[in-house]
Amino acid sequence: MEVFSFLASGIFTALEPINLVLILLGVTVGLFIGAMPGLGSVNGVAILLPITFLVPPASAIIFLAAIYYGAMYGGAISSVTLGIPGASTAVATTFDGRPLALQGRASLALVTAALASFVGGTVATVFFTLFAPLLATVALSFGPPEIFALMLLAFATFVGLGGDDIPKTIFSICFGLVLATVGFDTISGEPRLVLFDIQGFMRGIGFIVLAIGVYGIGEMLWTIEQTRGEVTTTNPKMTAKVLVSDAKEAVRRGWKGTWIGSILGFFVGVLPAAGATPGSLMAYGVAKMVSKNPEEYGQGSPDGVAAPEAANNSASTGSMLPMLTLGIPGSPTTAILLGGMVMWGLTPGPRLFIDESEFVWGLIGSFYISNIAAVIINLAFIPLFVWMLRMPFTILAPLIFVLSIVGGFAASRSMHDLWLIVIFGLGAFFMRKFDYPLAPAVLAIVLGPIAEPTMRQSLLLSSGDPMIFFNRPIAGPITVIAIILILLPAFKMLRRKQRVAHS
Amino acid sequence: MRQGEISLAGLLALFSLYLMWKSAELPIGFIRGQGPGGGFWPFWLSVGMLLSCLAIAWNWWRGKSPASVSDEPLMDTFGWSTVLHVGGGVVGFVALIPIVSMYGAVAIFLLYYLRFLGRHSWLLTLAIALILPVGLFFFFEGAMQISMPQGMRFTQPFFDLMYDIIY
Repeated sequence: MEVFSFLASGIFTALEPINLVLILLGVTVGLFIGAMPGLGSVNGVAILLPITFLVPPASAIIFLAAIYYGAMYGGAISSVTLGIPGASTAVATTFDGRPLALQGRASLALVTAALASFVGGTVATVFFTLFAPLLATVALSFGPPEIFALMLLAFATFVGLGGDDIPKTIFSICFGLVLATVGFDTISGEPRLVLFDIQGFMRGIGFIVLAIGVYGIGEMLWTIEQTRGEVTTTNPKMTAKVLVSDAKEAVRRGWKGTWIGSILGFFVGVLPAAGATPGSLMAYGVAKMVSKNPEEYGQGSPDGVAAPEAANNSASTGSMLPMLTLGIPGSPTTAILLGGMVMWGLTPGPRLFIDESEFVWGLIGSFYISNIAAVIINLAFIPLFVWMLRMPFTILAPLIFVLSIVGGFAASRSMHDLWLIVIFGLGAFFMRKFDYPLAPAVLAIVLGPIAEPTMRQSLLLSSGDPMIFFNRPIAGPITVIAIILILLPAFKMLRRKQRVAHS
Repeated sequence: MRQGEISLAGLLALFSLYLMWKSAELPIGFIRGQGPGGGFWPFWLSVGMLLSCLAIAWNWWRGKSPASVSDEPLMDTFGWSTVLHVGGGVVGFVALIPIVSMYGAVAIFLLYYLRFLGRHSWLLTLAIALILPVGLFFFFEGAMQISMPQGMRFTQPFFDLMYDIIY
């Protein structure tokens, strides 16, 4: 029952005028960002993080979480109307959303996506409310070896479940972790890795510099090069009458996919590195597998729109669970949120539920409010978003570059960091051309300052014996799972070779 | 693509070696009573980076990655021209900040991008290139009290005028 009283006070916090305004603003901005091809929640949160210093930390994270939610809803808009996913999380939505639009049923696809997103987000928030305090209580007994083992698990999931080129993923993780060590050694206080003896590196490399470089500059260059401005919009006809009849049809023909996506999405989202993209793809696959009419999938099935949309919203909430309770982000966006929390002086992890209970429950309360706000704004302003999608990319792109550079300076107040943003942006573009995953590097630069001290403290405790990560009751199993995950691709490769040899 | 893949891996391997050398300026082993030295963590991570580059090169040699078996160029003429014009524009934007101030650089970058890359009308270009920097000025200097770079001396009359409006 204690949970419900905390939740009630959290909802009241979220309904405070400043927070409510920020939720509405965040959801609207997120919807727009999510709807733009090539831009996702991670871009929005990374670019807008520097301007949140104007408000208290609780309001800032509520604003950013609302952007996250809005972007999850918004991804469907461009998937349906343009046939281009707004973000990778909405890729699966194009499979059936675009065929529906081409059949002249864009409004049905958009209404189904909005309602499924609402159910997915709400189901996940209820799960979150129930599981978060439990997980935080367990995590309170964690010492440095357990925390380091969790960090290892976070990186291992990228290697084992990421699906990207393994050596490139490992390179990306190590690169992010090394960048996090630039500046000073926190234990001895000596300067460390002052690259090319440039004094600017004495201040270290903030995660926001890498995040803005990768997502504000690199991704934009990538999108400009890939899309070449050849985009055609399908304009849905939306009236109140159409909306009601589409809503009825969406419930009738999309409920199954919605529930599958809502539940599956949450649990996939909780896994570090998995997040909303695999969640939505898995939900689509499972919904098709259990469907009585799997042949309808890919031809314009409302269930095929509902499953990934419910899953990506559910997963986005799920990915916040390990971030808040264990201090491990479940997705690149939550990695940036976590970095933001550290910048605001908050320490994510189990103590947060005790030391900053008002903050945590305010955030959880805001999930409920954001969901309601997102579905209403989404349904009410679909025609407006579609109109905005027709804004030429040659207007939107420079605005994003300007926001990235100005926001980057506001966060760091250093020209050195601005040049780093540009270098990281150009580097990220070329690395992406060669399929280097960059999300692990962003995750690593956020987790590096937690991973290194806990590793060093653990080894100090054990006088240098690495078995400390194996022989403790909680750290041991986590480390073993992490190692299994790291070795998983090798096992898969061996099995594949054996199968080929047999056949 | 094939040549680019191995060239990039080589470049990153060299960078990893540099990081290993730089990390070794601090102790990279275990110090009794103090735990791992300050260089331990970055050094072994740089070793990880180097080994990853070797694995990338190994995959390239065996033709296991998509780029290693691709004969396509890294980018066509349109791609290179886009990267040079857009990326070059962003570099120019940042380079102009210490000269013409942040707001001046924003205006010039928008003018360049909207008019010369986007081919929008002069009216739209000038409207956005003038309104946005002024809006950003009021937001950052007025609301958030964050001072952006003011460039060289010749920009001072503009700032004096704008500060008179705020205060």
